[in-house]
Amino acid sequence: MGWRDSLALALGALAAHRGRSLLIALATAIGVAAVVLLTALGEGARGFVVGQFEALGTNLLIVMPGRNETTGGPPPVLGTTPRDLTIDDAYALAAWPDILEVAPVMVGNAPVSVASGLEREVTVLGSTAAMASVRHLDIAQGRFLPPGDPHRAAAVCVLGYKLHHELFGSEPAVGRWIRVYDRRFRVVGVLRDSGVSVGVDFNDLVIVPVASAQMLFDRESLFRIIASARPGAETAPAVEAVHDIIASRHEGEDDVTVITQDSVVETLGRILGTITLGVAGISAISLAVAGILIMNVMLVAVTQRRAEIGLMKAIGARTGDIRRLFLIEAVLLAAGGALAGLAVGVAAATVVARTWPSYPVAAPPWAIVTALVVALGTGLVFGVVPARRAARLDPVEALARR
Amino acid sequence: MAVPVIELRGITRRFVLGDSVVKAVDGIDLDIGPGEYLSIMGPSGSGKSSLLNLVALLDRPSSGSYRFEGRDVTALDDDELAALRRDSIGFIFQFFHLVPRLTAAANVELPLTLAGVAPAERRERVATMLAAMDLADRAHHRPAELSGGQRQRVAIARAMIAEPRLLLADEPTGNLDSHSGAQVVELLEGLQQDRGITLIVVTHDAAIGRRAQRRLRLVDGRVESDERG
Repeated sequence: MGWRDSLALALGALAAHRGRSLLIALATAIGVAAVVLLTALGEGARGFVVGQFEALGTNLLIVMPGRNETTGGPPPVLGTTPRDLTIDDAYALAAWPDILEVAPVMVGNAPVSVASGLEREVTVLGSTAAMASVRHLDIAQGRFLPPGDPHRAAAVCVLGYKLHHELFGSEPAVGRWIRVYDRRFRVVGVLRDSGVSVGVDFNDLVIVPVASAQMLFDRESLFRIIASARPGAETAPAVEAVHDIIASRHEGEDDVTVITQDSVVETLGRILGTITLGVAGISAISLAVAGILIMNVMLVAVTQRRAEIGLMKAIGARTGDIRRLFLIEAVLLAAGGALAGLAVGVAAATVVARTWPSYPVAAPPWAIVTALVVALGTGLVFGVVPARRAARLDPVEALARR
Repeated sequence: MAVPVIELRGITRRFVLGDSVVKAVDGIDLDIGPGEYLSIMGPSGSGKSSLLNLVALLDRPSSGSYRFEGRDVTALDDDELAALRRDSIGFIFQFFHLVPRLTAAANVELPLTLAGVAPAERRERVATMLAAMDLADRAHHRPAELSGGQRQRVAIARAMIAEPRLLLADEPTGNLDSHSGAQVVELLEGLQQDRGITLIVVTHDAAIGRRAQRRLRLVDGRVESDERG
């Protein structure tokens, strides 16, 4: 019996039990749709986060006090921080030709109040004029911190978009004064709404000159130094240079950790990719369940069609003919479900992608291929047992009178 | 004399039922020549159907030898037996055994499909056969839409479509009214005479059994009588 005839007979058998066939195909469809949609969402999340970081510029070097052998991870919470990272360390880095700008950073929390009596705890970021270009900060009102001697503790500040609204409502803030602890700062600018942000929320902070922050928090050591490398520059030599420069300034002790934006993006991408894979794996379990359902329905079909199988054998069907017929039926169930599930999954992913355009949801090709292969594979694997049972039926018994 | 179509020597078929062994066929010797019309009769449990299943190559004997058209078939494997059934033997059953979801034409076509005959030729041969069975207008009906007599004629058309040399009928009228039954018997006899095929009918209807030129009577798995003429 030819393949085409086998296929036609198998299709006819499935069509004869349309409701049952559709239900079983639905099980496979749900599995495939789940894999496709969940990986699409996972990839979307990864794309979104990685995109956010890349928007900050992948040419950033972040220098943190303390030695940490890992790449991309946060610095150790505990442990020794042998030497302060100073403002002068930061400016020494600018000597390396591939480093364009350096922004020293101090971070702390402090109560901020205004004349109207409003007061709240706010993140205070101490930095320099370079911060604006290094982190691509846009100004909505006024201007950013003025350039000049980083050691000068000027009493000026820049407000985040949200903080501005909380402190001053819709009134312009430039020229007004705020109080951080007992120090007064004149507002020189307000940041533009940065939208969704990764890491520091630039909407909800006060930026003051780094020397002012040192005084506010009574600390010498910087939280970190952000340096931007020349676009296109190799980051590895720049990282080396940073270590060398710091070591030469810290009595030969290389006691900083340098992470690059590249490695952060890579690490995050890897973490999110692993999560996607895990989620895909869990949803793939539903494909195995679908496979078991296929096996079950095919076993029922073998029992119900004993007489038909016996008849086919009596009129000359070989063992292989029968086995192939039932195997094709199982695979058709899986294939039909898989294609339907693929259509649903891709459609759902497209809807999500249209609804949230900033979220790049799309099922990766590997997930689609894997889902289809696994679905067809389960149909094949779980179809073998029923097909063999059908093929082994003894025609005399199968035809025996009812 | 020509080579017998069927040559059985000391054929037995034993079934194990729990602790006891039942001899359904108990040492039968039988030669059936080409073009013979044989009826097998006997009480229930006399081994009629067991013998027919053995002759039909659906079942294997427990012992004894079987030559089909001069060829020893006891050593053939399942697929070789299937091919022999497909090409040389037609079957008719009491319960018709039509595939319910297939039309009359598709049921008749099945043996040709299994044999790998090209679709165009299949359709042509099926149309001719259905016309010969007076079923041309029923070609696209499903079995459920046909009368018992029509169903059995579809089954006969299916049995004959591959042009077998041996036609086996197991209680072909057992599920039909007497009028349809008579029609079916006449049809079978016509095929036997016109096409020169060997016809074996298992029945416990004496009126039908008597019509055969050769009448075999089984009791307890043995041939009790073998009458001719």
